[in-house]
Amino acid sequence: MELIIFYFKKLFKILRNEVLVLPSRVVVGIFFIVLLGLPLITQDPYIIRIVILTSIFAIFAASWDLLSGFTGQMNFGHALFFGVGAYSSAILNIHFHLSPWGTVPLGAVVAVLAGLIVGIPCLRLKHTYLALTTLAFPLILLGVIIALPDISGGELGMTGLTRITNSLLGNYYLHVVTFLVLAIIMWKITDSNTGIIFHAIREDELAVKASGINTIFYKLLAFCLSGFFAGIAGGLYAHYMRIAGPSTLELSLSFTVVIYAIFGGAATIYGPIAAVFILFPLLEVFRIWPEYRMMLFAAVVLIILLYMPEGLIHWIRDKIEKECPRCKVRNVATRKTCRICTANLD
Amino acid sequence: MNILITGLITGSMLALLAIGFSLIFGVARIINIAHTAFYMVAAYCIFFLSIRLGLNPFLSMLIAVTLVTVTGLVVYKLVIDPIREHEGAVLIATIALAMFLQEVILQLFTGDYRSIDFMIGGFFTIGGYKIFYQQLLTFGVVLIILLALWFLLMKTRLGLAIRSMAEDREVANLMGMNESRLAMITLAISVALAGITGVVIGPLMVLNPHMWEDPLIIMMAVVVLGGLGSIKGSFVAAFILGFTEALVVFLVPTGAFLKGPVALIIMILVLLIRPEGLFGVAFEEER
Repeated sequence: MELIIFYFKKLFKILRNEVLVLPSRVVVGIFFIVLLGLPLITQDPYIIRIVILTSIFAIFAASWDLLSGFTGQMNFGHALFFGVGAYSSAILNIHFHLSPWGTVPLGAVVAVLAGLIVGIPCLRLKHTYLALTTLAFPLILLGVIIALPDISGGELGMTGLTRITNSLLGNYYLHVVTFLVLAIIMWKITDSNTGIIFHAIREDELAVKASGINTIFYKLLAFCLSGFFAGIAGGLYAHYMRIAGPSTLELSLSFTVVIYAIFGGAATIYGPIAAVFILFPLLEVFRIWPEYRMMLFAAVVLIILLYMPEGLIHWIRDKIEKECPRCKVRNVATRKTCRICTANLD
Repeated sequence: MNILITGLITGSMLALLAIGFSLIFGVARIINIAHTAFYMVAAYCIFFLSIRLGLNPFLSMLIAVTLVTVTGLVVYKLVIDPIREHEGAVLIATIALAMFLQEVILQLFTGDYRSIDFMIGGFFTIGGYKIFYQQLLTFGVVLIILLALWFLLMKTRLGLAIRSMAEDREVANLMGMNESRLAMITLAISVALAGITGVVIGPLMVLNPHMWEDPLIIMMAVVVLGGLGSIKGSFVAAFILGFTEALVVFLVPTGAFLKGPVALIIMILVLLIRPEGLFGVAFEEER
């Protein structure tokens, strides 16, 4: 009993001293609570559906960030992993009658293989060459898939996949919890030593090599990890929509994920997630004027970029928080002195 | 014979697009995703001017190219120039721009498939194969433009400035070249090239608001295959991929789906052997 009370006290202390002092952490906390508690407020199938799709695309955008934002290996063909995940789940489900609980992880494993296949030739390429080459991979696969309609359903895609669960709430919690868990895992990866090496590779690959770190291994690791998470997103998407079609490999999907990630602020994990949670519902709101939907979307992205070229979340974070010049701890913008070392801010 | 003609036409179209793309990349380090969107806009412009308004085709060609170039410059000043230092932001700004242009065209002309009449009708036959005068005209215009461009880049002061800026921005800047003005001029040339491509290829193609996506991919493949910033490389690679596409379409069943993938596989294979492209120069790693 005392132990429980002790842990409660500790939890409360962490909450008060570490979470409530920073608005960004409060926002993350509120985000978790709202996302998990949403079905208590509304059970409108339309809203639930949008949140599920948003979660899936948030996993996808964050996985792009893990690869391209952190290691700087600009991947313009990220739809490849999504499409490979979706199609391999669909093939396993339809042709081999595996349950979705097996197909989604297996699809992710296939996407990891795809990550290796893309990653190995791309090791020799840099910067723009890499970006433009990766663009090619999903389109090659797309051409192959359309040319082989017997296995892959051709242009119409594969329909009739089994859903993971059929209940509304079950589906909601399954996707949202998966998203939250994967997001935390990705954030933890980027926060670990591996993440620091990823950062370093983006900043100066030569220096990392000179420090005796095997950059080839870490670059391939980034490709594989990113492929894994994107593959899960693709598998979930295929099972949720009950279709794996060519749209999962299209150019526009690769571009959209780049827009999400850079719009939110690259190399943060939470930036792309926030961007998806802002932009994807926004696209739904624009259904009020269906014919101007994409135009308004593009215009919003263009205008916001003019004012926040670093990314939306970086901009907001700089407005509400500032860094202590002495101990580098973040503080609320309203404070005059640092909360740790009492040095004068600004 | 069909393969030859299609290959030449596709190749010359890709060459013009790719050279424009690599020019602006070389000088301003902008990956302009919207490049082929300008090509689409030009094709629609000429559709509007010559079919809807019934203007003389050659006059409408001129107007279309000017219009597209001005649009390009205005857009550059408005959305690209203020965020030039942020590479990622510029990149997605051009993506958003391409989407925006596509939607504007979709609103103005609807998503229907359109076609433009040939500027000069008629055809002659060689060995039983029809060759339309329009195809000859297209190819001729492309050759003239390429020659003019080569002259501009190699024989004038402006060309020297563009080439040196592409080689080393900082040193070029120190030598007194105005970086932002040069970027403006290069952008104008690059967009004008996209416009000219749209204008001369338009009559041979079917127009729809999504027509910018296919050439975009192959154009990027051409640029990478030829080596970034190498005009000669772009030219050679454009014809290699143009003929590949034509061969695949005419010789392989279901080739229409596979033409893109085959071209891209060729690009990847070449890059595995020569990471800097066919004619690219291997730069020392920038730090």
